[in-house]
Amino acid sequence: MTMSDVQASRLRSESVTVGYGEEPVVRDLSLAIAEGKVTTIIGPNGCGKSTLLRTMARLLKPTDGRVLLDGDPVHDLSTKDVARRMALLPQSPIAPEGLLVRDLVGRGRHPHQRWFSQWSPEDEAIVETALEMTDTAELRDRALDQLSGGQRQRAWIAMTLAQDTDLLLLDEPTTYLDLAHQVEVLDLVSRLNRERGRTVVMVLHDLNLAARYSDVIVVMKDGAIVTEGTPNDVFTPDLLATTFGLDADVLACPRTGLPIVVPVSSAPVPDTLDTVELADA
Amino acid sequence: MTTLMSTMTVPFRLGVASWLVPLRAGLVALAGLVVLAVLVALDLALGDFDVPVADVVRTLLGGGDPGQRFIVMELRLPQTMVAVLAGAALGLSGALTQTFARNPLASPDTLGINHGAAFGAVAVIVLTGSSGYGGGLVSGTLQEVGLPLAAFAGALLTAALLYALSWRRGIDGQRLVLIGIGLTATMVAGTNWLLVKARIQDAASAQVWLNGSLNARGWEQGKPLLYALIVLVPVSLLIARTLNVMQLGDDSARGLGVRLQVTQLLTLVAACGLAAVAVAAVGPLGFVAFVVPQIALLLTGGSRPPMLASMVFGSVLVVGADLLTRVVIPFPLPAGLVTSAIGAPYLIWLLLRTNRKVTA
Repeated sequence: MTMSDVQASRLRSESVTVGYGEEPVVRDLSLAIAEGKVTTIIGPNGCGKSTLLRTMARLLKPTDGRVLLDGDPVHDLSTKDVARRMALLPQSPIAPEGLLVRDLVGRGRHPHQRWFSQWSPEDEAIVETALEMTDTAELRDRALDQLSGGQRQRAWIAMTLAQDTDLLLLDEPTTYLDLAHQVEVLDLVSRLNRERGRTVVMVLHDLNLAARYSDVIVVMKDGAIVTEGTPNDVFTPDLLATTFGLDADVLACPRTGLPIVVPVSSAPVPDTLDTVELADA
Repeated sequence: MTTLMSTMTVPFRLGVASWLVPLRAGLVALAGLVVLAVLVALDLALGDFDVPVADVVRTLLGGGDPGQRFIVMELRLPQTMVAVLAGAALGLSGALTQTFARNPLASPDTLGINHGAAFGAVAVIVLTGSSGYGGGLVSGTLQEVGLPLAAFAGALLTAALLYALSWRRGIDGQRLVLIGIGLTATMVAGTNWLLVKARIQDAASAQVWLNGSLNARGWEQGKPLLYALIVLVPVSLLIARTLNVMQLGDDSARGLGVRLQVTQLLTLVAACGLAAVAVAAVGPLGFVAFVVPQIALLLTGGSRPPMLASMVFGSVLVVGADLLTRVVIPFPLPAGLVTSAIGAPYLIWLLLRTNRKVTA
């Protein structure tokens, strides 16, 4: 991959200010999403990371500034046009009781369909591919509410894949999942990026997972970007203290060399195994 | 077996056109049509003067003797057809609102839309009442145009209030239902006020109408229903695809390219229009729009109330109620009481079930 490829960006925000009420949540923020990379936005609660993602997905309209998709302001494009180029998995998507996996994934074809063309051979093939890519093909006839958290999230990602877009926006895709399922979902995201060339922008809470799965980390605080860069550049004890108010050591993972954040706590450390067992008894 | 059935969908392709046909929903609708045909035949055959079913069929096909022709074609067919059309309109209206709100409690009866329509219609009956006691009917142009329009205006006003009051950065089904309950009370109060103010003959006439009655309904009431269905059924079927996507939540729907406000507005207007013409024709037949889409959903096993099956079973319920009140029960009874008697226990059951699901 050449330098110009890295620099290229189909999705960017320019001096975006956006909020829900009077007070803006994100102020004057500019961000270019690196093409073909996994970009993860992190930051403390209420820093505006989800708001930024939702604005880039055209769900929120900025009060000032603009979001550009392939050079066009997204709010000048039709919602359908945007949906054909950029897929979004919102934070807590809902599904009606009894909805089957294949019906959910099939709905990802919506922006490409017309009333007279609701299940073309192309629709069928792309949904099939999406099911295979996410290992949900065997679950196709199961109802979504019968699946485990990880399976369900993979089905939702399959739906966004059925949209057949190069850009994938994921708003906290691992919320409410236990660690094994979080890894399951993020491994899938990584595979989609490497094998299918999807550009991924996601919001994550877990710093270690963000470090493990991201090419670019964007750190936000109080509606502005504090810093952005590779995980090794971004994660420093200093940044964690100033941005997250977290006293932590940053170690290098013995396996990957990537940063691992270990919080420093004032709680006493149990001395030996014996005392632990004694305390339990 | 049931899971196998519910998973069966058949692609139907013709040139560039393609659809995914849900097989089970189709079969259920077909079975409903058979039941409906039987009920319609019985409704035409039975009454003060029974006509054999075979003769009914013959008469409908253009045969039969003049006496039978008069009874079937002139006396009974118009009322039966109004029952079929009103049931279909109410069933579809309920399927739309329940899908829109993502809540089985949201139907034109519970959201106040029917009562808004009733308010508009009673206003016409009471304020224009010059005809004396009419058993809930006014005559001529006023009946054919004025009553449906007033009912539609009342329904639309209620729906507009409903939408405006429950919109907080999106529509939440629970809030919609609660505000609907408030609006229902308001509209009922308004209707009662009209009844108190009215002359006694008009009030009595309106009261009969308010119970929901099919008695003496004919083409005068049927025509506006038919026109509304001709327009709004295709509209509903066109937005069905988008409604499917809207079930995934507002954010997902917009992420999938749905113009949310436009679709919500279209759905609400269609549901209002259908409820209004039905109410204008036969009065606020209780619980049809509420109970039918959920029964249809139970039978088809999809993820939202099916539209065609809801229409068919709406007709089945209303024609059945007509048959029951005209033939089986030995004294005259408005059909609305029968539908309410079926619907109200279902509402209680639904509330109990919802409660258990939350606490479980």
